[in-house]
Amino acid sequence: MMAAISVVRSSCGLINGLKVSLRSVARVKYGAVSVTVPQTSLHRSCRWYSASHLSVKERIDQKREAALQGGGQQRIEAQHKRGKLTARERVQLLLDPESFVETDMFVEHRCADFGMEQDRNKFPGDSVVTGRGRINGRLVYVFSQVQCSFIVQKTYMWQSVATRFYVTFSLSCTLCFLQDFTVFGGSLSGAHAQKICKIMDQAMTVGAPVIGLNDSGGARIQEGVESLAGYADIFLRNVMASGVIPQISLIMGPCAGGAVYSPALTDFTFMVKDTSYLFITGPDVVKSVTNEDVTQEELGGAKTHTTVSGVAHRAFENDIEALLNLREFFNFLPLSNQDPAPIRESHDSSDRLVPSLDNIVPLESTKAYDMLDIIHAIADEGDFFEIMPNYAKNIVVGFARMNGRTVGIVGNQPKVASGCLDINSSVKGARFVRFCDAFNIPIITFVDVPGFLPGTAQEYGGIIRHGAKLLFAFAEATVPKITIITRKAYGGAYDVMSSKHLRGDVNYAWPTAEVAVMGAKGAVQIIFRGKENQAEAEAEYVEKFANPFPAAVRGFVDDIIKPATTRKKICQDLEVLASKKQVNPWKKHANIPL
Amino acid sequence: MIGNMAAHSVPSTLKRLLFAVKCSPLQSRCCAVQREAQYSTISSPNEKTFDKILIANRGEIACRVIKTCKKLGIQTVAVHSDVDSSAVHVKMADEAVCVGSAPTSKSYLNMDAIMDAIRVTGAQAVHPGYGFLSENKEFAKRLAAEGVAFIGPDTHAIQAMGDKIESKLIAKAAKVNTIPGFDGVVKTAEEAVKLAQQIGYPVMIKASAGGGGKGMRIAWNDEETREGFRFSSQEAASSFGDDRLLIEKYLDNPRHIEIQVLADKHGNALWLNERECSIQRRNQKVVEEAPSTFLDTVTRRAMGEQAVQLAKAVQYSSAGTVEFLVDSKKNFYFLEMNTRLQVEHPITECITGLDLVEQMIRVAKGYQLQHTQEDIPINGWAVECRVYAEDPYKSFGLPSIGRLSQYQEPLNLDKVRVDSGIQEGSDISIYYDPMISKLITYGATRGEALGRMEDALDNYVIRGVTHNIPLLREIITHPRFVSGHISTNFLPEVYPDGFKGHQLEADAKRELLASAAVLYLAAELRSAKVLSTQRVASTPVECSHWELCVELGEERQDVQISKSGTVYTVEIDGAKVEVWGALNLASPLLPLTINGTHRMLQCLSRDAAGVIVLQYLGTLFKVRVLSKLAAELNSYMPEKVSEDTSSILRSPMPGTVVAVSVKPGDTVAEGQEICVIEAMKMQNSLTAVKQAKVKSVHCKPGETVGEGDLLVELE
Repeated sequence: MMAAISVVRSSCGLINGLKVSLRSVARVKYGAVSVTVPQTSLHRSCRWYSASHLSVKERIDQKREAALQGGGQQRIEAQHKRGKLTARERVQLLLDPESFVETDMFVEHRCADFGMEQDRNKFPGDSVVTGRGRINGRLVYVFSQVQCSFIVQKTYMWQSVATRFYVTFSLSCTLCFLQDFTVFGGSLSGAHAQKICKIMDQAMTVGAPVIGLNDSGGARIQEGVESLAGYADIFLRNVMASGVIPQISLIMGPCAGGAVYSPALTDFTFMVKDTSYLFITGPDVVKSVTNEDVTQEELGGAKTHTTVSGVAHRAFENDIEALLNLREFFNFLPLSNQDPAPIRESHDSSDRLVPSLDNIVPLESTKAYDMLDIIHAIADEGDFFEIMPNYAKNIVVGFARMNGRTVGIVGNQPKVASGCLDINSSVKGARFVRFCDAFNIPIITFVDVPGFLPGTAQEYGGIIRHGAKLLFAFAEATVPKITIITRKAYGGAYDVMSSKHLRGDVNYAWPTAEVAVMGAKGAVQIIFRGKENQAEAEAEYVEKFANPFPAAVRGFVDDIIKPATTRKKICQDLEVLASKKQVNPWKKHANIPL
Repeated sequence: MIGNMAAHSVPSTLKRLLFAVKCSPLQSRCCAVQREAQYSTISSPNEKTFDKILIANRGEIACRVIKTCKKLGIQTVAVHSDVDSSAVHVKMADEAVCVGSAPTSKSYLNMDAIMDAIRVTGAQAVHPGYGFLSENKEFAKRLAAEGVAFIGPDTHAIQAMGDKIESKLIAKAAKVNTIPGFDGVVKTAEEAVKLAQQIGYPVMIKASAGGGGKGMRIAWNDEETREGFRFSSQEAASSFGDDRLLIEKYLDNPRHIEIQVLADKHGNALWLNERECSIQRRNQKVVEEAPSTFLDTVTRRAMGEQAVQLAKAVQYSSAGTVEFLVDSKKNFYFLEMNTRLQVEHPITECITGLDLVEQMIRVAKGYQLQHTQEDIPINGWAVECRVYAEDPYKSFGLPSIGRLSQYQEPLNLDKVRVDSGIQEGSDISIYYDPMISKLITYGATRGEALGRMEDALDNYVIRGVTHNIPLLREIITHPRFVSGHISTNFLPEVYPDGFKGHQLEADAKRELLASAAVLYLAAELRSAKVLSTQRVASTPVECSHWELCVELGEERQDVQISKSGTVYTVEIDGAKVEVWGALNLASPLLPLTINGTHRMLQCLSRDAAGVIVLQYLGTLFKVRVLSKLAAELNSYMPEKVSEDTSSILRSPMPGTVVAVSVKPGDTVAEGQEICVIEAMKMQNSLTAVKQAKVKSVHCKPGETVGEGDLLVELE
């Protein structure tokens, strides 16, 4: 048993920088018990796949069968019991029927330490299923990690111990479970990483998105630095692929330590509620280091990441809803940066008028309305795939279609914090705009912004550099940019929100638009400081500036349009702008204020 | 525009055309309305009435009055509250004046502001519509003092009939049958109990000044009498500013049948037949029809004549309604007289061909009636459904609010009239009546009118608010209603456990599931139709057979679909259903031919996870369609635990908290009142569903709450 503990200690040292739960050491006891038992039953383990008397064909069949089985029926059932699907089931659901073409089914890990070299610890596929397939006929590369596909001995392990062990590891979910060599938990070995890298490389060469279904325990401690190298290999490919092919991560189980950085590097991260977690260090370490009591769910659950941290872009109820939504989401994306935004058959006529928009903006400029109402009314079939719906709600971003063509929509949300720009909304908006620009998706911006949020919290938090991100993103974007000012466009925020000055292609104003440096009250207080007749001056200011004319006479908006015609106009403009070509000056890369 | 005198006189045809050109946004609405309303009024274009009329109302009735004014070439003035500044009636009118803020007491009941509006605009007459100031004698007096005509009866008639106690005495004197009861004001709850015992239970306690079911409670015992007294007086005070109550025998299982009367200032009065208004919930009408299936010629004549007697007894002029309760033996008792245009007047217009608003305007100007009693026909049958923004699953309708994100009236259908004052994008707010519209269908026979109503309800697109179309459609297709066997207790008798939506029979369920499966498949197939890229599968899988799984509630059905051409054949449960249709995925309406029968379904939502919400036979059904594989795997998905609601009291509707009867630490018994919410002028008592201790109270009197807001937590 002491040996087992020292094994863990030494592996702690090996994975320098990736923290290991202290409690995991204590839990070794369970592991140790279960490790000692198999010694007696080792001889009973069948060496079926190295049996030399079998023909090659039979061996192929057997290996294939083993790979398809994953961890065996028992593990599959265990996974189902926890409300999760197996790696293969997930792939099947995500892709069109019978479209999956698997690669590297015969790959096995190469680790020779800690008994890993034994045949019973080798499994074809090595805890990740990779390959390509199609979603609605469109090519995609997929990897799906197998959190629990490995069980070596079906006979020796006490069921109760196994179950208990299983529960503890899935709850604590740091790198603590590998003392028991029976479970690899989808941990990342060199071979595992190699498989992922292979399909990423191929996706890059042919230009097709990569979807990762993450359900991983982290680095495989037994492999030490090879596992770390595996991570780095994936990270590098994530970075190289960024902006070339869309990359999507769907977190479907625990994902801790180094494993979290791959999703963080991809374009979109989705999570499954209640069963998925993302964190650098688990609650145990948090407790020991900062003495904070926090549950896994609070620390890195779907709710945390979709509402507080902004790490994840959407969360779904369960595996099935997540996968089906991912299919839907995929339909919006081009296959690569060399492809145009996809156009899907639309049943919604492009010249549809939307009379309800004519009085959606309240007459009182202090009153709120829901920007989502405008977006739903304008988009094809009211279909809007919102990104980060519960984070920085004062800005709305997401994908829709106009006459079948995918567009990215950015809108200030007057319903939340008057639609002002703050740190979080600027970063949310900027990242979305950059994605659209990278992948040829036209950007439609609805502006109703009273300005940047004032206050020490914002200034200390660096609103200047964060706000600059959104400005930077809109300014550098060369995709078609259409802007509609629905009401307020005040101050610097007016400039930021895809204004004419930032190369907006078509900038419209609704009759309710007010393009000005600030609201009438504030402006009058500055212009006529200390003077009487403030009310009169305010009225004059409103008359002069609280309307679309000052911007329209200068050509800063191209037209003042009837709101009901907005959809029709956008569809026409997109048609024209489809051939837009604009190139930024050559540079190695720009230096966005990160 | 309502009247179609155009058919008879050239000048008004021209006028109509001019109007149609001038007012293009409303064009479609107007044209369709003309088609169905067949008025036979002898139009007299040279008859001068008023130059300008102010309509002291909002919503559909204001629009209704404006339409007739336009037809008669009269200028119109709308009044509105600040939140109504872009309402339809404001847009339709030639002029509009803002008379105050949103609460009705500050705007539509604000007599000073309305008098100012009359002066400013120089309106010569005021049409009050119904509700608000329509039966306010003070208002009529002030108008008279300023020399402005009130389009309605004289002050003394309003006064006499507006007071239920006085009206009953007058009716008695005019030899009109009346209900046994106490002819006086009840002052205290105890007095009410004493009187109730004398009259004999059940009794009806109602506001003396009331109408429209407000301030009205039925009591079956002493306890309910006390409670009813309290509620009625509160409601009466808040609705009418007059908390006097009266008490009378409550007729069990009666019909509510009313007679429309029309009288002029020269002593002439006509009865324009009856309206059957028995279908009510909480004493408010839901479905009305004219004529009634129940009345024979003799009873009709007797009722009509008594109604006219009463009108003459109070020198009534203008249009008015005498309401009767009719028992199963066709005995009828005078209930009250409404000295205004009724909500349900369109059905009378449909069967008699009269434009009541036009007649009211004529009478107000002092003209004599154009018709004699012999001129009043019963032509065909008309049915009216009141389409409300309310949730019919909660005690037959609790108000809901919201923005009409999509709104499409079924005016494409023949002989359908929709009186509404809203349009797509309008807000249904907590300040006003939650009525969306009155949907009227007309036909040569009752069956024809009801059939049309079914179609009209199926074709009516309302999104953004919860509405009562499920209930309306159930009522008009219910065998008891169709056979005419109805009473004011229809709803509680037919739905003793509350309305639960349409109950699907096996065939209908198959049709629904088949339609959902076909819609899902159409959407799936469309997803693969990417037009812009060549990089789709080089050998697309030409599939013509699919296996899906459809879930409705707890039930799961495997279905097989095959497609040939545009026809889908769906095999469910051994039976084959053929579905054919255009399947436009953008349209809210889904016209399908299912096994040869034409059905209009509506698709409310469709999400990536296969959940499709369909409106089928009026009711909304949430169906989930999954591929067979997904359905199999779905069984492994954990059930998410939903919140235990028995210890949480949430507001069932948006409104204002009137009273909170508990404080933290109190122990409440099951059924004990916890708080009272007022919404749309109705007070609703919220009670505890179990005995428990109050943990916390999250509301206080006077606060505005939204639907679903947490009010009180129990332990």
